[in-house]
Amino acid sequence: MAETQTPIVQMKGIEKHFGSVIALAGVSVDVHPGECHCLLGDNGAGKSTFIKTMSGVHKPTRGEILFEGAEMQFDDPRDAITAGIATVYQDLAMIPLMSVSRNFFMGNEPLKRVGPLKLFDHEFANRVTMEEMKKMGINLRGPDQAVGTLSGGERQTVAIARAVHFGAKVLILDEPTSALGVRQTANVLSTIDKVRKTGVAVVFITHNVRHAMAVGDRFTVLNRGKTLGTAKRGEITPEELQDMMAGGQELVALEGSLGGTV
Amino acid sequence: MSATTDSDERVRDISPLRRALIRPELGGIVGTVAVFTFFLLLAGNSGMFAAQGVMNWATVSAQFMIIAVGACLLMIAGEFDLSVGSMIGFAGMMVAIFGVTLGWPMWIAILLTFVICMTLGAINGLIVVRTGLPSFIVTLATLFILRGFSIFIPQTVERKTNIGGIKEAAEGDWLASLFGAKIGQPIFQWLGDQGIIGTFTRGNLQGKPVVEGIPMLMVWALGIIIFGHILLTRTRFGNWIFAAGGDAQAARYVGVPVNRVKILLFMFTAFCATVFAVCQVTEFGSAASDRGMLKEFEAIIAVVIGGALLTGGYGSVIGAALGALIFGVVQQGLFFAGVESSLFRVFLGVILLLAVILNTYIRRLITGER
Repeated sequence: MAETQTPIVQMKGIEKHFGSVIALAGVSVDVHPGECHCLLGDNGAGKSTFIKTMSGVHKPTRGEILFEGAEMQFDDPRDAITAGIATVYQDLAMIPLMSVSRNFFMGNEPLKRVGPLKLFDHEFANRVTMEEMKKMGINLRGPDQAVGTLSGGERQTVAIARAVHFGAKVLILDEPTSALGVRQTANVLSTIDKVRKTGVAVVFITHNVRHAMAVGDRFTVLNRGKTLGTAKRGEITPEELQDMMAGGQELVALEGSLGGTV
Repeated sequence: MSATTDSDERVRDISPLRRALIRPELGGIVGTVAVFTFFLLLAGNSGMFAAQGVMNWATVSAQFMIIAVGACLLMIAGEFDLSVGSMIGFAGMMVAIFGVTLGWPMWIAILLTFVICMTLGAINGLIVVRTGLPSFIVTLATLFILRGFSIFIPQTVERKTNIGGIKEAAEGDWLASLFGAKIGQPIFQWLGDQGIIGTFTRGNLQGKPVVEGIPMLMVWALGIIIFGHILLTRTRFGNWIFAAGGDAQAARYVGVPVNRVKILLFMFTAFCATVFAVCQVTEFGSAASDRGMLKEFEAIIAVVIGGALLTGGYGSVIGAALGALIFGVVQQGLFFAGVESSLFRVFLGVILLLAVILNTYIRRLITGER
């Protein structure tokens, strides 16, 4: 289980200042291979800033990032991707006008030699895309189907499958379920479960406690740029998580009036 | 999670018609058939489809094709180049200044012109990707700057805006003949002798066929179309072109060098404009400051008729080439049919509007938006 292994990523005392704004004031999180680590927090808690430092978009002002035990400096997202940290952003995962197969291999196009030319190997790309989609439970009309015709959940799934196919060891998912319906959310959550079982470390960012409880192994709550603590599955109730996210304010009264649906 | 089945009952099979509709070339193919049918009926006996007439509209179409391919790839990558027309005038003037005024060997003049113009294309691209300004504005500035220089420079050094003598200077030059020569003369002579195409019946050209060969301009057009089509549909770079125009940020997140793609395509449109210009000056034998006026818009219109989206991310080189063909056939066809030539502009405006509306509709079909 998770605690017997060394963490694949350790973020220690990460601080990030934007001018006079302190977005992160010392956040520490570690992620193990094969676990789903949920990062919870309300809007403005610093979730986005934090994952952007992990994926190489921002450089931390203070603190260190250890990847597979060694200290890492990511200058840009490309460095993080090369190291094996892939990020799937909510809206920016796919290009709607391009086919699923072109999207899947975007940035990693397979090539074959034809005489003096190196051409895009469409046959290979189409075959692999269909196989991978089948594994994820998405039925395509064909590999040339445009991504625009897929639902939001399917797009997230294609993006996740793509990251895993190209060797991601750490998969960061930025609010993958926040814009989805019930059924699509279930599909994405089951995809996360499949990916975790292959030994990939998943960092799942969300502000929905129920989605987190469904797949998470450990839960870290961020509030006002600080870690409020990390809890293992079974050590914490959804109500406690909810209260921590809200900054310790009692939501009980509100929850009573809404019938426990928050 | 639901069990994996082989088909999803909510995904309807799409009809072959709908499938054909989402090919970007469709508009171009339908338009080409329509235009040819129209002129065969209207101007079938006017000589438009005799050898000389064909050569007439084919030459005009080939010119459009050369600049349309460049504009097409750039538009799919999400950018415009409005400086194409000025670049044509400027490039022609550079060849004349280097080759005639300065008297340098023509091949040096042509090579130097290519280097200068492609550098200017790279500068266009650099400014666009560095500043993040719309390429529409950046290249509009280049349009005026280059047009200004292609008037100012010959005014200053030659005291005129039209420099001749290029044919004489290019005589026997290996590189100039790659742009200005004609090929296949023996075949056309044979066709003339056999009476398949007409021959001159008097004068010092008596017995020569009315069309003496295929101009290199057409060979360039064909070459650029094939190159552009393979680049776009069959290479890694082609995938990056679609990605850069589809969603530049999403492309960057997966490691596509979007800025490099765009700069290279600005250089390619400059290359196409220079090919156009060099073919033109070696054929006419002169360079003039006002050459290439409005060509940037004609190129963009050909690309849109060819099915590309103005917003980028979607289009086809074959479509753009067909758009250029439609353009050339209509422009020259109205002349053959004896229609008032100003009506060509009316036609242009109408067809542009129809093409844009059709493309928007097709975009919805592809992405399933409602």
